[in-house]
Amino acid sequence: MNDKARERRHKILNFFLDNWIGLITGSVLFLLVFFIPQFFANNDAMLLIIRGLIVGVAFGYILYKLLLFRRNNSGFKASESKLLVDVAGSIIAILTGLLFGLILMLIVNPGQAFGGFFIILQGGFRNIKSFGDMIYFSVPIILTGLSVAFAFRTGLFNIGATGQLTMGAFTAVFIGVKFVSLGEFSPFLHWLFAIFGAMVAGALWGAIPGLLKAYRNVNEVVSSIMLNYVAMYLNTMFIVKYIYNRDYARALAPELTAVTPAMNLQYLFPNSSINGGIAVAVIVVIILHIILNKTTFGYELKAVGFNRNASKYAGMNSKRNIVYAMVISGAIAGLAGGLMFLVDGKFLQPLNALIPEGFTGIAISLLGLSSPFGVLLAGLFYGSLKQGGFYLQLYSFTPEIIDIIIAVIIYASALGLFLQKFVIRAMKKREMQLENLPEEIVEGSES
Amino acid sequence: MSFAEIMYFILPLVIASAVPLALVALGALFSERSGVINIALEGIMIMGGFVGAVTILLLEENAHLPIQLVALIGLLVGGIVGIIFSLLHAFAAINMKANQIISATALNMFAPAFAIFTARIVFGTQRVPIDDSYIIHEVPLLSKIPVIGDIFFQGVYLSTLLGVIIFIVAVTILYKTKQGLRLRSCGENPQAADSLGINIYKLRYVGVIVSGALAGIGGVIFVLSFSTSFNATVAGFGFLALAVLIFGNWNPKRIIMAALFFGFMRVISSTKSVIPVLNNLGLDDEIYLMLPYVATLIVLAFVSKNSAAPRAAGEPYDPGKR
Repeated sequence: MNDKARERRHKILNFFLDNWIGLITGSVLFLLVFFIPQFFANNDAMLLIIRGLIVGVAFGYILYKLLLFRRNNSGFKASESKLLVDVAGSIIAILTGLLFGLILMLIVNPGQAFGGFFIILQGGFRNIKSFGDMIYFSVPIILTGLSVAFAFRTGLFNIGATGQLTMGAFTAVFIGVKFVSLGEFSPFLHWLFAIFGAMVAGALWGAIPGLLKAYRNVNEVVSSIMLNYVAMYLNTMFIVKYIYNRDYARALAPELTAVTPAMNLQYLFPNSSINGGIAVAVIVVIILHIILNKTTFGYELKAVGFNRNASKYAGMNSKRNIVYAMVISGAIAGLAGGLMFLVDGKFLQPLNALIPEGFTGIAISLLGLSSPFGVLLAGLFYGSLKQGGFYLQLYSFTPEIIDIIIAVIIYASALGLFLQKFVIRAMKKREMQLENLPEEIVEGSES
Repeated sequence: MSFAEIMYFILPLVIASAVPLALVALGALFSERSGVINIALEGIMIMGGFVGAVTILLLEENAHLPIQLVALIGLLVGGIVGIIFSLLHAFAAINMKANQIISATALNMFAPAFAIFTARIVFGTQRVPIDDSYIIHEVPLLSKIPVIGDIFFQGVYLSTLLGVIIFIVAVTILYKTKQGLRLRSCGENPQAADSLGINIYKLRYVGVIVSGALAGIGGVIFVLSFSTSFNATVAGFGFLALAVLIFGNWNPKRIIMAALFFGFMRVISSTKSVIPVLNNLGLDDEIYLMLPYVATLIVLAFVSKNSAAPRAAGEPYDPGKR
């Protein structure tokens, strides 16, 4: 027992030693975001310096990690790393999408195409406000992306994130509107309860395709498509029945106590609509990363995804695991719905139309290679594109071009197998050149 | 209203909804029987409906053709656009062995965005208006048949009648010809079919193309019969058609029944106030709209063990697999 405890302590120690720069960056960021900005709120120069520092440290950390990696892996071949090949595939898909967008813009309006394209590339990095808005808009996308990615890692295709999100959104707004006395008692508890309700609703809605898949062998894609529409109609019906604002033909606004707290982020990104949702999203990213990569539970879920029969033979309860995977996936999508609509000035609408964020999640999950951190990056990228689309209206283009670009990106990543072969061939070619180069020089010097 | 009056009132509407549903579901059947799952039907319908509506609008404004000829051209254009758009799915699914759900999702996202983008640039708004009403008040001769004539041949759309004909022809090809049998074999056991000299890739292309054509035509029928403008949506008919296919257990006769049932539910959700029995029940519109999907889920839950779904649907063809 003692040995085990020591080993565990060593492991924890090593983890801190390995990641010290990351930890420092994280703590500094945390402190900056939550405490200091209040003091510097009126001093733009100081804010700029702080932001510069954050970016600098982050880049420094990445550079350091890369250098460390190169030193420890001198015989490393890029074409043999699955991660690098996948990332390259994603980047090619993104470039294809952007190129398609550029060509479309050139066809429609050649004079303004390049200006517009620059705005798209600039995206959320235009100014501090747009950066904050980018984060705000990417929160639900990151979460639906995580929902789809988590299911995907366990071998399930959750095309029903839209329905789960809708159920979550309704539940959250319902609690936000009705539980007034809870809000008077404690605003934070009110918000927390609304968010929790959203997660439960999403989880229950996700459990249905999970149960059908596990016990009746029903394809989860088909059942969740059906459930999307059931959720859509239920949403319309319930809004009109319980929380209807007849004057505006929309749902009542949730009490301000249920609105997602801004967590002081508005000082860091003045004038933007950013709120604390991003903190929730980051926490979910970390939790999912730990579940998937560090726990037996996550290992079992993945094993069932790889081969249901083999995992059953190894003594895992494959049926239970399928249901758990869908419940978790649904809960995350429900959370996305809650965070999306627990916002001051945003209203649920009794429209018979699917909420598109659920489908965008599929794209984000794909681009992020179904890894939690990848999804976080891909979600921010999407948020940036969306901001680009918003500012694109300065030119004579409509923001729908962003959706077109995203669709092309998904299509290109669907051709993943082909792209990967292409990438591997290119990488191998380069490596062969690098390997052959010294020999050629030697031959040249001999003759 | 008496029962007979209600029937005369409702049935033409039900048929008008059921025909595009059945037609698109048949498209999905072609695709799945050949071994490719096509959930891009919604996107293909939107593309077909959009280009069809634009064509009709341009013909209305610039050429002075007979109204029904304009509708016919619109349907044809919709079908062609559907074919072209579905080729993207076919290429990804058949040649690239891509995940068929993902590539279809991409097409579903692309279509409405493209329709809105193009419509805004060409017309300034995202709505594509259609001026004329394409309803045929009375079909000569046929409308004189008692009962049937009243229900089927009065106040109908040419597109609906054409849809019925296309449906019959397509079913005959799929189930009564040699090529149809070959196509179906690709979705059951492609390796066995390959060993008999059947070109799997070619027939799967055929399956997807037919589904694209039918979905494109279905999109135009949707525009012609339900609205006076096209607004980058077909109201989930593409996915509803998928439900029709499942509810119909991949069988053309049952697809017709399912389409009629689903169409009926849609119609009574909006007309229930004139039907005394339903009006007294006091259920919300959404209950009726939701019912087809719930029914499909129940069918899925209880019949999935002996479902007639093609066995190899959704799997890329791998000649080395046994």
